[in-house]
Amino acid sequence: MKTFHKGGIHPNPDKITADIPTMPVAAPSVCRLMLSQAIGAPAKPLVKPGDSVTAGQMVAEAGGFVSAPVHTPVSGTVKKIEAIRNPQGMWQDAIIIETATGEQPEAQSEEKRQHRTIEEVTPKEIIDIVGRAGIVGLGGATFPTRVKLSVPAGKKAEVIVINGAECEPYLTCDDRLMQENPDAIVNGTLLIMKATDCPRAIIGIEENKPLAIEAMRHAVRDIPSITVEVLVKKYPQGSEKQLIEATTGRVVPAGGLPIDAGAIVDNVATAAAISDAVLLDLPLTSRIVTVTGPTLKKPGNFLVPLGTPISALIELAGGLPEDTGKVIGGGPMMGRAMCDLEAPTTKGLSGVLILPHDMSIRAQAGPCIRCARCVSVCPMGLEPYLLMTLGELGRWEEAKARGAANCLECGCCSYTCPASRPLLDYIRLDKMEIRKL
Amino acid sequence: MPPILTSLIVLGVIGLIAGVLLYVAAKKFHVYEDPRIGEVEELLPGANCGGCGLTGCHAFAVQAATADTLEGLSCTGVDEAGMNRIAEIVGLKAAPARKRKAIIKCSLSCEVRDPRNVYDGIRSCAVEASLYQGESDCVYGCLGCGDCVRACPFDAMSIKPGDSLPTVDLSKCVGCGKCVAACPRHLVELYDYDPARPMVWVACSNRDRGPVAMKECTVACIGCGICKKKCTHDAITITSFLAHIDSSKCVGCGECIDPCPRHSIATNQRKRTPAESN
Repeated sequence: MKTFHKGGIHPNPDKITADIPTMPVAAPSVCRLMLSQAIGAPAKPLVKPGDSVTAGQMVAEAGGFVSAPVHTPVSGTVKKIEAIRNPQGMWQDAIIIETATGEQPEAQSEEKRQHRTIEEVTPKEIIDIVGRAGIVGLGGATFPTRVKLSVPAGKKAEVIVINGAECEPYLTCDDRLMQENPDAIVNGTLLIMKATDCPRAIIGIEENKPLAIEAMRHAVRDIPSITVEVLVKKYPQGSEKQLIEATTGRVVPAGGLPIDAGAIVDNVATAAAISDAVLLDLPLTSRIVTVTGPTLKKPGNFLVPLGTPISALIELAGGLPEDTGKVIGGGPMMGRAMCDLEAPTTKGLSGVLILPHDMSIRAQAGPCIRCARCVSVCPMGLEPYLLMTLGELGRWEEAKARGAANCLECGCCSYTCPASRPLLDYIRLDKMEIRKL
Repeated sequence: MPPILTSLIVLGVIGLIAGVLLYVAAKKFHVYEDPRIGEVEELLPGANCGGCGLTGCHAFAVQAATADTLEGLSCTGVDEAGMNRIAEIVGLKAAPARKRKAIIKCSLSCEVRDPRNVYDGIRSCAVEASLYQGESDCVYGCLGCGDCVRACPFDAMSIKPGDSLPTVDLSKCVGCGKCVAACPRHLVELYDYDPARPMVWVACSNRDRGPVAMKECTVACIGCGICKKKCTHDAITITSFLAHIDSSKCVGCGECIDPCPRHSIATNQRKRTPAESN
C-alpha cells in the first residue's frame, strides 16, 4: 500500500457514523444562503426581496473569475438580502428565502431539466456547466471547480486524482457517498477526464474504508482508465499535495499548484456533483454533512439542503448533549469551533463535530523542549517551532523566508507537541501577515 | 627557577605583546564618532519605540547630530526641557512636536459585555482576531488579551485584575504608537494632548446598525448624531453608524458627553459614571 513520505500522524479515526446510511433532510422553513460559499469573490445576488424563486434557480452569479454562483435548494419568496453571522460570528451577506409550503423541489424542476450523456458533451460544455452549477471543492477548501478544470495554456493534465482519502477523524460523508453512489463518482471522474483531456484517473481511498473500496472497485471494473488505489491510513493524506504523492509518486513544487506536477485533484463529492450537474442538469444545492460526536444520541450522515441552520442538523442528531464543550465545523484536525449555531450550512461544511467539555479543553502550553516532533510530523517539511517563535516576535519576513506560506494548516504539529504549544495558531497568524506584506 | 616564575614571565610577556597589538590596532582603526551622538543618546529613553519614525534611539541621535534642522525630528519620549537640552547639544533650535497620547475606542470589556462563548486559545489578540468574532457578539470591540500591554515599551498600559479592557496611564504614555500597531481591532488612536484641555473621545468602534449594536453591547455607539448636533466646533463626524471626534478640532468642552444616550463618549477628566458603575 502506498502513502506520502514526509511527516504525518495517526490520530484515532473514531469513524462512528461509517455504517449509518445518509438521510435526506427536509428543506428548512427559512433558507439562508451565504453569498460567500467559495474561495474568492462573494457571489452577486440576481434576485431582490419579494421575488419568488423555484428550487434549483441561480440566485447569485459568480462575482469574479475565482468565484462560484449560488442556487436555491427551495422554492419560495426572497425575504431580504442582509448580513448574517457565519459560524465564526463574522458578518457576511446572505439571501434569505422563505420556503413555500408543500412544495417538492425535485418534481418542479424535472420537466425543465436537460439530460445529457458523457459521449455527447464537449469539454468546453462540461466546464461551462460546472461553472454555472456553482460547483466548488466539496472536501472543504471550496475552490471553484471550473477554475481547476480550466487547465492553463502550456500545462497538461496527465492524471486525475479523485480524493476519497477522508483522513480526518470522525468524518464519514465521503465514505458514505462512495458506498451509496459510486456510479456518480465514476461518471464525474470520466467527465473531469474529458474536460481536461486527461487519459487516466486514480481514486485514492484509505484502507480503513473497506466497503467504499469494494464499491468503487466494482463501479470501475469495466473502465481500464480509472484505477482504485488503496492507501495507508495516515493524516493528512486527503490534502492535495500529499494525495498526489501517495497515489502517483509525483511531487508538487513548493508554492506550485497540482497542475505543475501534471495532476488535478478533486474530491469524490465534487466528482458526484459534476456528474449530477452535467448528466442530470442539477446545480449544487445540497451536500452530505456528517453530524457526529462521542456523546451525541443519534449521530449520522445527512443530505442537507444549503442554507439549513446548523442547529437544525444537531436537532436531527438527537440535540445538543448537556456537557457540550465545543461544536466544530469540519473535522477535529482542521475544523474550526463555531460560535453561532444558527449559521447556515454552506458548500464547505463537511461535518459538524460535537465534543464534550473534557475533550475540548486545550491543555496549558509549556515551554518548547526542542524535541523536534513538530518538525518530524510536518508533511511540508517546515519547522513549526521556529515559525511559531517568529510569529510571536512579529518577524514576518523571516517566517516567509522559512516557508510559512506553504503550511497546510493540517495541525499535525499542534497535535503532536508534548508541551501543547499553540504552534498552528501562530503559523496561521504568520500566513495572514505574510499575505499583507 | 621555580615553575611559578616561568609561568608568570611567559604570561606577562604574552600580555605585554597583546597590549601593544591592541594599542596599535585601536590607533590605526580608530573611527571618529561625533561625541554629541553619545550625549544625545543618553538623554533619550532608550526604549527604541520608533515613535520618532526612525528605527531606534541611536538612529535618532545620529540623525539629530547630523541634521541641519530639528524640524520634524522630535522624540515623543522626552519632555520639552529634554528636547531643548538635545537641541542645545547639537546647536539647533528645538521644534515643538504634537504631544499625543493613546486612547482606546472601546468602553466595555468582555466581562461586562454579554459573553456568548469562551475563548480558550493562546492569550494573544492577534491570534484570537484571526480565528473568529471574539467572546462577545461585538466583532469590533476589545478582545482583552493584552497585545497592546505587551507592546508598550513604557509600561503605560495595564489590564486591571477582573477587567479585560486596558487602561492607559497618561503620565507614562508618550504617544509612540506601538499599541496602535499591535491592536488587531484598530481600537487605539493617538489623540492630541494638552494638559490644560480634557481629551474627549468616542469609546466605541462598533460599526453595526443601531438595533444590532444595541443588542451587542450596552454602551455601543449607534450613530444617532446627537453628539454631532451638540458639538459647536465641528469636530464630530459620523460614518458607518459610528461617531468619531477629530482631536485636532476638539476643544474638550465636553458638551457632547452627557447628551449621549448610549454613554459612549469618554473623557480623561472625570470617571464615566452610568456605564462603568452598572
